[in-house]
Amino acid sequence: MVLFDYIVGRLLQMIPVIIGVSLIAFVSIHFVPGDPVEIMMHGRATPEALAAAHAKLGLDQPVLVQYWRFIVNAAQGDLGNSIIQNANVSKIVGERLLPTIYLLVTSAFLAVVIAIPLSVVAARRADQAADHVIRLAGIVGFAMPPFWIGILLMLLFGITLDWFPISGYGRDFIDRLHHLFLPSLTIAIFLAPILVQSLRTAMLDVMTAEYIEVARAKGLGPWRILVKHALRNALIPVTTILAVNIGWLLSGAVVVEYLFSFPGLGSLLVRAVGYRDYPVIQGLSLVFAVLVLAVNLLADLSYMLIDRRVLKA
Amino acid sequence: MTELGQSVASSNRLLRELARWPTTLRIGIGLMLLIVLAGVFAPLLTPYDPYAQDFGSALLPPNWAHPFGTDNFGRDVLTRVLYGIRVNLPIGFFTTYVPMVYGVALGAFAGYFGGLFDGLLMRILDITVAFPFLVLIIVIVAVLGPGVQNIYIAVFLTAWTMYARLARAEMLVERGKDYVLAARTLGYGSLRIVLGHGLPNIINSSIVFSMSDFVLNIMLVSGLSFLGLGVAPPVPEWGAMIAEGRDFIFDAWWISTLPGLAIVLTGTALCLIGDGLAQRLGERRHALL
Repeated sequence: MVLFDYIVGRLLQMIPVIIGVSLIAFVSIHFVPGDPVEIMMHGRATPEALAAAHAKLGLDQPVLVQYWRFIVNAAQGDLGNSIIQNANVSKIVGERLLPTIYLLVTSAFLAVVIAIPLSVVAARRADQAADHVIRLAGIVGFAMPPFWIGILLMLLFGITLDWFPISGYGRDFIDRLHHLFLPSLTIAIFLAPILVQSLRTAMLDVMTAEYIEVARAKGLGPWRILVKHALRNALIPVTTILAVNIGWLLSGAVVVEYLFSFPGLGSLLVRAVGYRDYPVIQGLSLVFAVLVLAVNLLADLSYMLIDRRVLKA
Repeated sequence: MTELGQSVASSNRLLRELARWPTTLRIGIGLMLLIVLAGVFAPLLTPYDPYAQDFGSALLPPNWAHPFGTDNFGRDVLTRVLYGIRVNLPIGFFTTYVPMVYGVALGAFAGYFGGLFDGLLMRILDITVAFPFLVLIIVIVAVLGPGVQNIYIAVFLTAWTMYARLARAEMLVERGKDYVLAARTLGYGSLRIVLGHGLPNIINSSIVFSMSDFVLNIMLVSGLSFLGLGVAPPVPEWGAMIAEGRDFIFDAWWISTLPGLAIVLTGTALCLIGDGLAQRLGERRHALL
């Protein structure tokens, strides 16, 4: 029952945030200087076409009615219509949701694969040469913009070595993994420094725990203690670190998807901004926010399943 | 004390302070000074004009006359990178430190007073955190239209939240401490307690974070320009230069890749300063919040 109460409580907490998020997504179009429909049609529409578009978007209704419709429809999975693409926004967004989720998963996986060995070495050799080198590499890595990392990887693996495709998404599973590699590696390189920093600190914190003392007293070697005991416990916060940084991950994904012409939500957003396709921008901002909230909720729930003490707090 | 004595004493204090700086702080500040000087003296460092087109020497690979090569308009890439310092650094500076001022103030007052104001602020923070930062900025820029002015508006509307969160959390701890109680017992006003007594004790974490934020803002602005939403060509902005070179990546790799080094170098310098400041001020450095 405690579990159930926790989940319900957590969902209830999300309601004001969702209302706020939907309000921001909704009002955005109303702050467009001038008439958004006229801008979308690039000033080439007849007055009749403009009026029809206004009616189709519901912009001729009172603002409160518009907002009510927006949230009621959004709750039913209907995000309105794109005038420019002449299609339902939910359909346009829906087609691109899965590629972005795959990209996030493979990026997070690669980032963890890069970060674990580095942070183990950094923690084992804390304040020695290897630690300093890894820390410096982390600082330089943090300072590299993702679109620039992507261009370097394109040049090396895509053009010079010709090992991986530099754009598109692929048809079957293997082909997709092949296409996902470079964009995922780009995001992973951009994410890994943050993971290394947190993992190293987490491992050093764990190293002072009593069970580590016990392991040491049993005569286990330092690497074995670090990998089998400290890393395992330090990995629990990794889910949290990844979840907390999901916004950061998605921000990187927007630019990287655009660079690699990857058919995900990020490249859609950039394209929609280029066309001034306001209904798509509105729908996407809502989807991005819900994605962040959902990932955070999932992380909290999984954390709770791993460590039941959270419930007692 | 005589005037001379005072100045000797203060220069001694300065020297003692300098001696306590960690290596990372010294290297970071040294690098940053070099970058700023390179930006200020750009016209003396290079014989070329960042805007002058010369189709006779277009797409030249790096050589002695053009260490970073030339772009498709025959402009010297190194010259544009140097002039880019004048574009990217001020934008990065203002997008970082303007929101910091009112972000810290709002967070400090919310943490001190609690209650309705604090509750309202926390809800706003919860909502803005739900949007990926870049998405929020892109949406605002999409609504207002591309350009530097609108990037400023978008960042000023959103970036303060991170500082407010930091300052609020610190103030919650500070407000129960004895010196705050003492100030209150003396009958000081809330404004004086928060700004005069609280602020010096809570500002360090924001200062350390601002260094990472500065790096992120340089990346944000260059990223927006890369997407075509920020500084428009022909202004020598680093992200816009990288974007322009993208079309020539197959035959002229230098146009896109070399300007990126400027971002990495500036970012590294700022991160080193952040790292050093964290050590000097005894704070834990957060790369991100």
